[in-house]
Amino acid sequence: MSDALFTSADRFDIRDYLRLDLMPHFLCPGCGHGIALRALLWAVHELGIEKDALAVVSGIGCAGRLSAYIDANTFHVTHGRPLAFATGLKLARPDLTVVVITGDGDALAIGGNHLIHACRRNLDLTCLLLNNEIYGMTGGQVSPTTSATRYTTTTPAGNREPVFDACRLAEAAGATFVGREATLQLPTLKNLIRDALAHRGFSFVEVISDCTEIFGRKNALGNAPEMVLRQKAGMRPEGWGNRVDRPFRPHPFAVGVFVRKERPEYRELWEQTVRRSRGGEG
Amino acid sequence: MNGALVNLEGNAACALGAIAAGCRFYAGYPITPSSEIAEWMAAELPRVDGIFIQMEDEIASLAAVIGASFGGMKAMTATSGPGFSLMQEHLGYAVMAEVPCVVVDVMRGGPSTGMPTRPSQGDIMQARWGTHGDHPIVVLAPHSVAEIHREIVRAFNLSEALRMPVVLLYEETLGHLVESVALEPPRPEDLVERRWADLPRERYRPFACDEDLVPAMAWPGDGYRAHVTGLVHDERGFPTQNPEQVRALLRRLHGKLERHRGLIERFEMLQCADAELLIVAIGIAARAARAAVRALRRAGIRAGLFRPVTLWPFPEEAFRRAARSARAILVPELNLGQLVREVERLAPAGVPVRHLGRVDGEPLMPEEIICALEELAA
Repeated sequence: MSDALFTSADRFDIRDYLRLDLMPHFLCPGCGHGIALRALLWAVHELGIEKDALAVVSGIGCAGRLSAYIDANTFHVTHGRPLAFATGLKLARPDLTVVVITGDGDALAIGGNHLIHACRRNLDLTCLLLNNEIYGMTGGQVSPTTSATRYTTTTPAGNREPVFDACRLAEAAGATFVGREATLQLPTLKNLIRDALAHRGFSFVEVISDCTEIFGRKNALGNAPEMVLRQKAGMRPEGWGNRVDRPFRPHPFAVGVFVRKERPEYRELWEQTVRRSRGGEG
Repeated sequence: MNGALVNLEGNAACALGAIAAGCRFYAGYPITPSSEIAEWMAAELPRVDGIFIQMEDEIASLAAVIGASFGGMKAMTATSGPGFSLMQEHLGYAVMAEVPCVVVDVMRGGPSTGMPTRPSQGDIMQARWGTHGDHPIVVLAPHSVAEIHREIVRAFNLSEALRMPVVLLYEETLGHLVESVALEPPRPEDLVERRWADLPRERYRPFACDEDLVPAMAWPGDGYRAHVTGLVHDERGFPTQNPEQVRALLRRLHGKLERHRGLIERFEMLQCADAELLIVAIGIAARAARAAVRALRRAGIRAGLFRPVTLWPFPEEAFRRAARSARAILVPELNLGQLVREVERLAPAGVPVRHLGRVDGEPLMPEEIICALEELAA
């Protein structure tokens, strides 16, 4: 997969996939979400997915706002529920490639229930969780992935709550493709998202992203390049087998593909139900 | 079953009517007393190439319904009061993003978990004002099994024609009431299909419209690559806080109802022409009221019934016509006073309006209505 990296990069022009009339975008300087967006669109390009056949459903928050910039069929829905909307859309329109963009608050707090059930069902969706450890849009409140001791506007004395490991959650709930990568490594992130898009069934990708303006400032984590380099210090690319118990920043976190397995896809199972209801073979 | 008499409960008539209306997607979460609708849909939809899915909660159910409608399917869910509360978030989204969908609320006693197996009309105001912000909504309130079958078809037609959610509201009693009905499936020409965009992409603006105020929707895959959001948006569909554009959108969302009132409103006037004692009631309360009107007329008392089938928007002009000769108005309902507020607002000056409420989980009886009317007349 690495041999195609730079040859295809020549032909990938992100402007072909953006709604340029909406620029400038609203992300803060140094925000990692733009890198994640680039990785997604690059992966879409490499797989040859037509923009007309691409649907992007996103929730609320900084990550949720990304869909508006993508020149595709885009749906900016309610807080925490993009997976539920995407479930209906994909069932109605199996011809569309349906991607969900969500954040750590969107997917793991208010939308946690929808996430685990989407993993369980194994409908052919690709979910990108952009994890920046913070509610950025609302001004920097603690999230289910904010590392211990970090300062946020609602943990003025430092966070005491333990974090969610989103990838382990997705694996335990039955996702058939689970991976994590950081914005530090754009080509690797692109490859991971490409594999997730190509996987048939529910794929879950956690992107370690950085909120520089709010989270970084509040915790004196330096400027954007310094924050991205800090990702490198925590990253453990050995994969699932060697991961540590507390994989979140500032602790080491595992990256790579953790789960890749085959299990009947939800729509296929539904079609069996249809055949059985009509008296054919189940 | 075309035209032949069959015995059906209200919830079954609801499901069969929905399929006859072209509904091919159902997402729901079990809740008494609406679960039979889901059970019928789970059995029937696979036979017509439709899709049934039981979601993790009511929030997800209406989300999936809206997602399927984005994709072009006629879609619905059904629930009862507690679940209807959870759906309010997405009712508002469907209003704002202008996504056709149908929500059935089979009313049970409340508040909270209340009385799952007992009838109520406690959701009259939740159906009108449940979701936040200024929003238009269409709510239909049938009063018989046959009418459930007819009105669910109309609910789909209105939701497609107006690009908005339509709520079908009836009580537990009707959901489980078995009546002999001659099902008359709608003819294809009776069904409203969504208007899809056909302009060249360069000229298409997803939320621009002509004088009917309902924009044509973009079929995902047709090349329009539209954006949809629950944020206040401009005609292109992108977020805006420009006061001019904000006002234009909110005015248009409400204007759709005003523009199409003729299509939306349905009501029944029973002996209203010379009625001095007027009853205003919906659903099973209207059934008791109908019996009361007949009994009073036999006794020579000029009673009448105004029954809004379209509950919201309330058929104001029709009500004013019905109330022309009224000396007093009675509003019997299974709550502590919801519909009566609307009637008080619209009643002719000087005409007393009295509320007759029942909240013990039992339906109102004709005798109670007759007694209340006699008191009112005295």
